[in-house]
Amino acid sequence: MKEKVRKKLETAVQKANISLREDVFSLIKSAYRREKSPRGKKALGWIMENAFVAKKRKLPLCQDTGLPIVVVELGRGAVVEAGFIQEVKRVVEIAYGENFFRPSLVDPLKRRPASYGPVLVHIELNLEIRGVKLTVLPKGFGSENKTRLKMFNPTASKEAIEEFVIESVQRAGPEACPPFVVGIGIGGTSERALFLAKYALLDDLRKNAANKTITAWQRKILKKINALNIGPMGLGGKTSALAVKIKTASTHIAGLPVGVNISCWALRSSSFTVSGREI
Amino acid sequence: MKKIKGILDIKIRSKLKAGEEVLFSGEFYTARDQAHKIMGERIRTGRKLPFELKDTIIYYCGPTPSPPGQTIGACGPTTSLRMDDFTEILLKQGVVATVGKGRRSGKVRRAIKRYKAVYFAAPSGCGAFLATKVLKKEIVAFPQLGPEAVYRLEVRGFPLIVAIDAQGRSIY
Repeated sequence: MKEKVRKKLETAVQKANISLREDVFSLIKSAYRREKSPRGKKALGWIMENAFVAKKRKLPLCQDTGLPIVVVELGRGAVVEAGFIQEVKRVVEIAYGENFFRPSLVDPLKRRPASYGPVLVHIELNLEIRGVKLTVLPKGFGSENKTRLKMFNPTASKEAIEEFVIESVQRAGPEACPPFVVGIGIGGTSERALFLAKYALLDDLRKNAANKTITAWQRKILKKINALNIGPMGLGGKTSALAVKIKTASTHIAGLPVGVNISCWALRSSSFTVSGREI
Repeated sequence: MKKIKGILDIKIRSKLKAGEEVLFSGEFYTARDQAHKIMGERIRTGRKLPFELKDTIIYYCGPTPSPPGQTIGACGPTTSLRMDDFTEILLKQGVVATVGKGRRSGKVRRAIKRYKAVYFAAPSGCGAFLATKVLKKEIVAFPQLGPEAVYRLEVRGFPLIVAIDAQGRSIY
């Protein structure tokens, strides 16, 4: 890996964990203005203060610095060797330690000792971009634990999908640190639907979907979630979610997989793109 | 806002009402999943614990390592529900309050009422902000658990919401 790419990756690790994404922060700010519930408003105030302190003290926004995921998107002209991916994992692991983030990874059965790796890497083909895009996505497990998958019948209605999403958000409740960002993956296979649900969290939350019907559907679901009165930190109010993001993929005539991945309000990610040659 | 200090005796606990916000100054013992598992096993088999549970407040938290020059790293609450199976046995040993985020099981709510304990919710996802409320951090037990070890934290003006009060009333 070239020095320049390594530095960018180290910065992305730091930035993802310490500074709140601009789109997330702007949605929290406008939610604060609109929130009527006094406790909900107070919670949003704490959230903003937390973002401020984290930046000032260079502390992670949350003690759960997550299971570090790196999404590597291969665009036009990208040539990537296995050694590069190995290096990505190593650099992220070291950067976690150097920044005093929490070692939260364990063997699933032995449960100790906790370490920084191995980092989870997803490789995606994305021909809409040129070069290689790397995204560091630390996923906290308070919200990850609330992930759901349902294999619907292909004849299921949109309303049935909506109901499943709403029920998933209700189950997530105060534990998963609302206001949430709700990622929904529809189609593909079971594992693809769940990946898409998480991948959806990487989109700019303020932007509409490419498809108008999807944009309208996202808004409708968001409205329904915000009528649940979960509120910031589960203390009641009309801000139960900041955004809903849907991604779809072709699926089989016999099925309709739907995955729901919830992010806490501290949705953290940081991306950068390098040209095929810079690697 | 109500300020409470030191040991939460029965007099203080019985006055707290679900939904009330308080600023707490005193001591917390951090413990999360693996520490609960070990403590639960030891208590059940009649073995001693490396620290006294009587009158303590258990904080469900696994902080990030302290950066140089700082008392503690980010130190917000983790999901309380995962500790529910172990809560009653700890209350029986004299734990007076627990601090975490989110709902509790009916069994825990009833145990809190029976032992006249309290369950507080701390501002969730605000680990950096809460770090400014911690004056001191020292390791007390199970260092082999790394971030899941038990730490004694001295806190001042730590914001809490009474989520389940000693009468068993809950805000959720």
